[in-house]
Amino acid sequence: MTHRTRAVAWAALGLLALAGTLLPRWLVFLLALALAKGLAVLSVAVLMGAGLVSFGQGLFFAAAAYAAGFAMRGWALREALLLLPLGAGVAVVLGAVVGLLVARYRDIFFAMLTLALSMVLYGVLIKAYAVTGGSDGIRIPAPTVLGLQLSGDDARLLVYYLALASTAACAWAVSRYGASGFGYLAQAVRDNEVRVAYLGASPNRTVYATYLLSAALCGLGGVLTALNVGHVDPGLSYWTTSGELVFVAVLGGTGSVLGPLAGAVVYELIRSYAFKYAPYAWQMMLGAAMLLIILFIPGGLWSPVQRLWRRQAA
Amino acid sequence: MRTPILEVEDLTLHFGSIAAAERVTVLVYPGERVGIVGPNGAGKTTFLNLITGYLRPERGAVRFWGQEVVGLQPHQVTALGVGRSFQIPQLFLTLTVRENVLVALAIRERRGWTSFWKPLHEASRVQVADEVLLQFGLLGQADRPAGELPEGGRKLLDVAMAFALRPRLLLMDEPTSGVSAQEKFRVMDTLVAALQEAGVTSLFVEHDMEVVRRYATRVLVLHNGRILADGVPGEVLDDPEIRLAVTGRR
Amino acid sequence: MSTLLVIGVDGLVFASWLFLVSVGLSLIYGVLRILNVAHGSLFAVGAYAGASLVVAYTQGGLWPPGTFLMLLAAALASGLLLGPAMERGVLWWTYGREPVLQLLVTFSVFLILEDATKLVWGVSPYYAYQPYQLLGQVRVGGVDYPAYSFLLLAVAAASGGGLWWLIRRTRFGRVVVAVIHDPEMSVALGVNLSRVYVATFALGAVLAALGGAFTAPMISVVPGIGVEVIVLAFAVVVVGGLGSLEGAAVGALLIGLVRAAAVHLLPVLELFTIYLVMAAVLLVRPMGLFGRVEARRI
Repeated sequence: MTHRTRAVAWAALGLLALAGTLLPRWLVFLLALALAKGLAVLSVAVLMGAGLVSFGQGLFFAAAAYAAGFAMRGWALREALLLLPLGAGVAVVLGAVVGLLVARYRDIFFAMLTLALSMVLYGVLIKAYAVTGGSDGIRIPAPTVLGLQLSGDDARLLVYYLALASTAACAWAVSRYGASGFGYLAQAVRDNEVRVAYLGASPNRTVYATYLLSAALCGLGGVLTALNVGHVDPGLSYWTTSGELVFVAVLGGTGSVLGPLAGAVVYELIRSYAFKYAPYAWQMMLGAAMLLIILFIPGGLWSPVQRLWRRQAA
Repeated sequence: MRTPILEVEDLTLHFGSIAAAERVTVLVYPGERVGIVGPNGAGKTTFLNLITGYLRPERGAVRFWGQEVVGLQPHQVTALGVGRSFQIPQLFLTLTVRENVLVALAIRERRGWTSFWKPLHEASRVQVADEVLLQFGLLGQADRPAGELPEGGRKLLDVAMAFALRPRLLLMDEPTSGVSAQEKFRVMDTLVAALQEAGVTSLFVEHDMEVVRRYATRVLVLHNGRILADGVPGEVLDDPEIRLAVTGRR
Repeated sequence: MSTLLVIGVDGLVFASWLFLVSVGLSLIYGVLRILNVAHGSLFAVGAYAGASLVVAYTQGGLWPPGTFLMLLAAALASGLLLGPAMERGVLWWTYGREPVLQLLVTFSVFLILEDATKLVWGVSPYYAYQPYQLLGQVRVGGVDYPAYSFLLLAVAAASGGGLWWLIRRTRFGRVVVAVIHDPEMSVALGVNLSRVYVATFALGAVLAALGGAFTAPMISVVPGIGVEVIVLAFAVVVVGGLGSLEGAAVGALLIGLVRAAAVHLLPVLELFTIYLVMAAVLLVRPMGLFGRVEARRI
């Protein structure tokens, strides 16, 4: 992370922390959702760094959310600080199993396999009515944070700060990842797999490890979403959810950590307005916007800013 | 009786009716610099692909340091200590020249998963990378994306990356093609000196007979997947029958 | 014995539907090397167009069997209008760029078309059961089947046969095969790649819409049928090998029979059979049953 980016990140963190106390509750709720989604978008971006597009992150999003739901209802586990790692853990275990098949593939195979798998989970969630509540889903009670049990709007605010802290921690972790040998190895696989193999590293294992990382990130986002909304339903695993994540990743640009997060916030704000006024044209606008961005600004909306900074730094 | 570093026995592969390798048997000993020559389509690159696991032979055995490697993947063969550079340079085009070497070093250094969490641009590693780049005349371009290098530079970087692995056996596919005439001998001098000092054995596919004469301790002539000749460069390359087969002229 | 027959017939019927809805996807991938995610929405448009044409036609009180012609007309119209528009208008800009980019582009088109169909046809279900009812039932091996299923089989067989004839027996087919094997060489030999691409895409689109149109009488046409189909079609085509038309047929047959067996023997697995078959085949043959191994790069 460059100094400038770090400064922006801290500034954003500070602003968002203040925002929790100053902004109206509905907006804070929206921001919390955006941050949780931002983690899931980050998971897409991490995979894109390795050259892979996953159209099935909904798999982890939903699995972690439902795991949290089951834990809260079945085990009376209310502590958010335990639910977060639980959800992420479930997502990683799922990713470890699924990754055995999926990590051998690239390009469209990878994309469509992940899509198919998330739709399988969707089918399961809908059909296993007795366990999962079917298409109605499960209600999630308010969590405790460090044993602190609040209710109503106060609980929501607490979840917001939890989301903010989690996002900040993950942003830091992912930027460390990007600068690490691991992160560069993923980029190397994206650029030239054969070369990676001829340097002595297994491309498939690199993809597998990256997939696990993205599963963890996405799972965290799923749990935070569940805690925020107070409800989980199969739609979390539906293709539109996954597609949205891909869209926001493309929108925000995948070459940075802030891009996907900023993109998620902007997206949520726009979406909440657009959905109110044009619910049946929403996907169309999404698709059209994505098309335009892909064709004309393939680095995402953040990339012109990045390029400007780089030019100024040179 | 020295133990061979590479044993190839009866290696055979056909593409349809074309013999890419036909019962190739060869032993390479430590310290040798073996030039592999032959007309286009003789099977030189295929040979490298076969012994490193990129292609699977129909028949035959390949052993590095006595270890059977047929059936292993390229990354496993590489991990045994075999480095390789390519006819068309295989680089990480979006990474900088330095980062290309850094990735090679990072992979070489690893011990388990955790070592990969260290930053790529770690000071000591950057120092080693820069030394390698200096040897290959690429230090001036270290911060440019590898995709911006001219053809000769790419070739050099490709070899540099393989060299950075400090392999015990280095395979090079046309290391000097695309490199300018002045650069050619300067680089080969440096490379060969470094290889000799480190005790690295090498095989290199070459079209430039001058390079082969100067640097190879031994020459293999391939033709239609078969070994036509195997011996000292002076003798082999002066043989009119060999010259006819390889270059089409006596 | 009769269970086996039932599974066989069921499997064959389902396989023919799978083939019909998947073959267009395979064709487009084989020639243009693009996985057209919007294939699902072409299916949906075909279904909606077919349903609305049938409804309108029936209200006109015209000769009942004409409803089949309506389905055919709907498929042709949808495919021939949307196919070239998609290819020339959107995909053309992505040629030569990364495959991931192209995938995202077809995905965007999918999103756009999903809402476009909602805007044009609304969200209430469409029922166009007339063609289905018209054919009544037929008795095979002591079991009553809707005769429509066998019409579907015939349509699938006709499409498969027609494609085979097109590829093997016409000049266009030979050109297509050349393009599949070596686009650069084809251009060097004077093939107008651009025209081949548009024509192939149009054909693939028509096939997708045909699948949709002939499915309409069997279901209630609602938003969302497109996405189920793209996932299914992808599975079929992947099992058979991307780009292989024989593969699409064999893949469809394999999945159809396995699913029919599951329905009758192990109903709880029914939902998963297609994915289980896909996973099993991919683990053993990552390129699919008839998939081509890519040429070496080094």
